[in-house]
Amino acid sequence: MPTELGVSRLRAPALVAGILAVIIAVVAGLTIGPAGIAAPRVLMELANLLPGIAVESGLSDAHKAIVTDIRLPRVVLGLLVGATLAMSGATYQAAFRNPLADPYLLGIAAGAGLGATIAIVNDIGDGAGVFDLVPLAAFGGALGAVTVAYLAGHIGGRSTASLILAGIAVASFLAACQTYLLQANADAFRQILAWLLGRIATSGWSEPALLLPYFVVTTAVVLRYRRALDVLAVGDEEAAALGLEPRRIRLIVLIAASLGAAAAVSVSGLISFVGIIVPHAIRLIFGSSNRVLLPLSVLFGGAFLVLADLTARTVLSPAELPIGVVTAFLGAPFFVFVLRTSRREIW
Amino acid sequence: MTAAVDLQSLDVRLNGTHVLGGVNLAVSHGQWVNIIGPNGAGKTTLLRAVLGLVAYDGDISIEGLTKLRRAERARKVAYVPQTPVIPRGMLVADYVLLGRTPHRSIFAGETSADREIAADVLERLDLVGFGDRAVQSLSGGERQRTVLARALVQQADILLLDEPTTALDLGHQQDVLDLVDALRRERGLTVIATLHDLTLAARYGDQVAILAGGVIAQRGTPDEVLTVANIAEHFDAQVRVIDDPEGPVIVPTATTTSDATKAAPANGGTAQNGDHS
Repeated sequence: MPTELGVSRLRAPALVAGILAVIIAVVAGLTIGPAGIAAPRVLMELANLLPGIAVESGLSDAHKAIVTDIRLPRVVLGLLVGATLAMSGATYQAAFRNPLADPYLLGIAAGAGLGATIAIVNDIGDGAGVFDLVPLAAFGGALGAVTVAYLAGHIGGRSTASLILAGIAVASFLAACQTYLLQANADAFRQILAWLLGRIATSGWSEPALLLPYFVVTTAVVLRYRRALDVLAVGDEEAAALGLEPRRIRLIVLIAASLGAAAAVSVSGLISFVGIIVPHAIRLIFGSSNRVLLPLSVLFGGAFLVLADLTARTVLSPAELPIGVVTAFLGAPFFVFVLRTSRREIW
Repeated sequence: MTAAVDLQSLDVRLNGTHVLGGVNLAVSHGQWVNIIGPNGAGKTTLLRAVLGLVAYDGDISIEGLTKLRRAERARKVAYVPQTPVIPRGMLVADYVLLGRTPHRSIFAGETSADREIAADVLERLDLVGFGDRAVQSLSGGERQRTVLARALVQQADILLLDEPTTALDLGHQQDVLDLVDALRRERGLTVIATLHDLTLAARYGDQVAILAGGVIAQRGTPDEVLTVANIAEHFDAQVRVIDDPEGPVIVPTATTTSDATKAAPANGGTAQNGDHS
């Protein structure tokens, strides 16, 4: 009997590390803030949310409201957005076999930006009552941009390079449109800039509820294809010789990842860095296999963004930093640290 | 008995250029045929057609079947490309196990049987202990054996090798081809290989086929095919062929005028050079 092969798979220590990261981020996100609520009481109050459990946390009604109505939705939104962006980024990198691919590669950022700008400029976000139309406009813009990029890239010869170039062309065009609108509507400039820099602000559960179905679908599809993405790493030709249909697989995972990224962007604006840095840090620590990388991206991406949001709302409290500033400010040094200490070759 | 691979009037156009125009080639079970031919003759295209990677006219039948789905084909035909894509950071164990892909659903993980097959092949190819190393960290010879291991793990009866010795020094060239020969005998593999080195093509395998002008121009034993006249005609090369007990040795002669005259084929006066555009 030959010795057992050391195959890459998600092993317990990595999974436990990811779950711990999420727990730490959630507890920190719920307890740290100007109201100064003790962690054990927060945890008891959280337990109360579970069916069939009733414990006395000793929190005042105001504090209860801060924990369950203000901080909890925000933490959940951070988890969902971070998880979706990191997983989408890892998927784009695998599908394009390109370490620099991020979820915004095919024009999602530019499309969402233009959509949001149009909505803000036309002021349709205000006075619309229950629905804020900015996320919807951003979502539509993002999906429209990816669709056009995909169709244009398909015409250009079906190679991944032509698809990326089409994405760049579409993004440039949409960015030009957006700049024109900005110039023509200088009064909306601050509002648009604030949207572009991203934030995990939520009033209640509408944003997390909006994102949740997309998160579930994206995660389900992408995780299901994690092994196929490992085969795609040897290139389309060899993957086809191994019996797969690389183009079909790429189309499916890109649709799923783009849908998730577009939904995340529509509720949180353009948060840079998460889609690139989190997957690469995971590769450096736990290895490159998508079987390991994709599930861990969900956990670490979510935890990372919750902690970034915590930083964004506490360092200049009561003012808030745009979260994109924090992801880059924390993420870049951390990544350099991992890069220096890891002995793995990832690309 | 049906041939392992049977190509009938195979036509392939790439970007409007006729690369293959009526290739007929039948390779029987357990046979090793080396395909030689000048650059651009379409040797790789021929292998890619057998793999179903290019559109073609004509018939390709694999173990008697002409209509094969991708995965079915991959269970019958394994491929070692000339320049395999080596994914950065992928471990040898993971890479070799990719060969099990056609044997299971793309959503399913590998079974313990898959891992045993891979471990067996690694042992056979002297790669024990390499499983947790990154493929790109291996030397050229180790890497070539790793790619071969992935193809063997596919457990296909037909093995296509595209210039398997290109990046290797002489010793490693011999190692790889000796290994293929031994495996062919152990497992009854059918081998179709493209080779640049004509002497190696004569040493290994049963038959040599010259692909030139989009067709199989010559096919037979090395002694029949690797003649001064054939090589002058199809490769536009001046060579001497030295008889050796193990097969013809092809030696290029210097291309000064006097040498060219000396090496001019005695029986190849009508040979048309440069017919391979």
